[in-house]
Amino acid sequence: MQAYIVRRLLALIPALFFASVIVFVTVRLIPGSVIDLMLSQNDISADKLSREQLIAALGLDRPIWEQYARWMGGILLAGDFGRSLWGNTPVAELLLARLPVTFELGLMALVVALAVAIPIGAYSAMRQDTAGDYLGRSFSILMLAVPSFWMGTMVMVFPSVWWGWSPEVKFVPFRQDPLHNLSQMILPAIILGTSLSAVTMRLTRTMMLEVLRQDYIRTAWAKGLTEKLVVARHALRNALIPVVTLIGLQAPLLIGGAVIMEQIFVIPGMGLLLLDAVNQRDYPIITGVFLIVGVAVMMINLLVDLSYGMLDPKVRYR
Amino acid sequence: MAALAQPLARRSTASPMLRFLSRLFREKPLGAAGGIVFVLFLLIGLFADLLAPYGANQINPINRLKPPSSMFLFGTDNLGRDVLSRCIYGARLSVIIGFCAAGLATLISVAIGIVTGYLGGKVDLIAQRFVDAWQSFPDLVVLIVVVSVVGPGMPQIIVTLGLLLGVAGSRIIRSAVISVREHMYVHAAQSIGASTARILWRHILPNVLAPIVVLFTTRVGAVILIESALSFLGLGVPPPAPTWGGMLSGSGRAFMFHGPWLALAPGLCLTIVVYAINVFGDALRDLFDPRMRGSR
Repeated sequence: MQAYIVRRLLALIPALFFASVIVFVTVRLIPGSVIDLMLSQNDISADKLSREQLIAALGLDRPIWEQYARWMGGILLAGDFGRSLWGNTPVAELLLARLPVTFELGLMALVVALAVAIPIGAYSAMRQDTAGDYLGRSFSILMLAVPSFWMGTMVMVFPSVWWGWSPEVKFVPFRQDPLHNLSQMILPAIILGTSLSAVTMRLTRTMMLEVLRQDYIRTAWAKGLTEKLVVARHALRNALIPVVTLIGLQAPLLIGGAVIMEQIFVIPGMGLLLLDAVNQRDYPIITGVFLIVGVAVMMINLLVDLSYGMLDPKVRYR
Repeated sequence: MAALAQPLARRSTASPMLRFLSRLFREKPLGAAGGIVFVLFLLIGLFADLLAPYGANQINPINRLKPPSSMFLFGTDNLGRDVLSRCIYGARLSVIIGFCAAGLATLISVAIGIVTGYLGGKVDLIAQRFVDAWQSFPDLVVLIVVVSVVGPGMPQIIVTLGLLLGVAGSRIIRSAVISVREHMYVHAAQSIGASTARILWRHILPNVLAPIVVLFTTRVGAVILIESALSFLGLGVPPPAPTWGGMLSGSGRAFMFHGPWLALAPGLCLTIVVYAINVFGDALRDLFDPRMRGSR
């Protein structure tokens, strides 16, 4: 198990390096016209920046490898992501304030997704080719096709038109009033979670179908165990191992979906920070969010892989 | 003897395409229905000019925010533009972006997948770490960042989406190539001294066509969804272009409370088209590769 963890951690290094290069190169593609645009926008703001100052603030006046080394060095050694071009706030501070909000939304959406997907997926497999199975499968294919931003829009529009009710848009932080905060987050979490549940549901069903045909399940039935025990103790536990991997694979979708939900429900998380930064062309913030999102997904995948090692004895003892 | 041989001969001359279609309709009726919707959507996109009752941006101030009626089947928006016509022209944009980006993505997936899958070794190892890193970024976040750098517009979106989905999809082609590369005919070609390029082109590529077709089909759906999400965030093809995602965002949002039909039509179009493409893609995969039946 230790060797496995070490191997996984070592594999993370090149992935992190490539990720940082992707972030760096993408944002460094800034053409001159965008600097002009930033300048024209900055003219309106209080702290006027000259063209040279702006180029220096972005570090564009140095050779590319040096830009990368400075940028990466600042982050690794001092946690310095640079400063916002507009408010002059340290980007790290903004990221720290927004990250927990998106994390909360993502976690809640994940819980919803699993709570919807696993029971329906397992039921579909246990009652294969019955009406219930078809209903569950149709639901899952439908959920793959319904865009979450459309669902979000409808939730905003129709209750308001019919009953004069609309979700509150003034955000209350979790620390200030946990219950109030959860009641605000639950709606976007349900929308995001149900749209994510489709793939998990299909995989749970497929894996359950496979596991239910195994010899040890037949043995469990032959011992006279109840259906509840066979499913809960023998089938589901084995079927869920690949489902855990899927959670890692879905992490990018979860974060991408969170951006949209934050925009619709005005939740001040990383997504809204990114969108606001894009509108203001505040590149240090854009770079910071971009990098943190990539690293977060890798960390989630690392945790998933490690838990996979704990769940599956075949991986543990390899 | 001749009488026996005749039906056999006739059977083998039937075009493989027709045989495939008849299998599709017989074994996968839902998938076939999805295929029909997919083709219809393509035709609507191609012939939007002929089908739309009004222009996409034809403003009609007298008929602002009119609910659905015989004159305006899906109602009108805040500028009096016909929602049905905008949905039809929106299909054209979705077709163009969907097919171009999915085509580009598939090309990239095939190029990376075939080379890394066949060569293996260090090339594969490095490429796979790069793909790992690439996949850590949510498509939507990358698109938002790229649009912030290069500005919104159709070519940028097509190229970025093509690259994004192309690199991610290379894994699927790679795994198909890895299983094909161990077949006897590949070893035979290697032993008579065929060049790598020839083996890839003549022996590997034709045998991974099935996953390529499936990948392309599902990618069209994925591209349409991501593009609409980007347009919804106001970062897609700029207005007044009638994108489905764009119709649900921007100034239209404020008027949805007075005209809720504005929220319905574009979302329904999106859902129907993506649903149809998904079931069609599923059916294709099941028919091409029975081992993957029922999996994701």
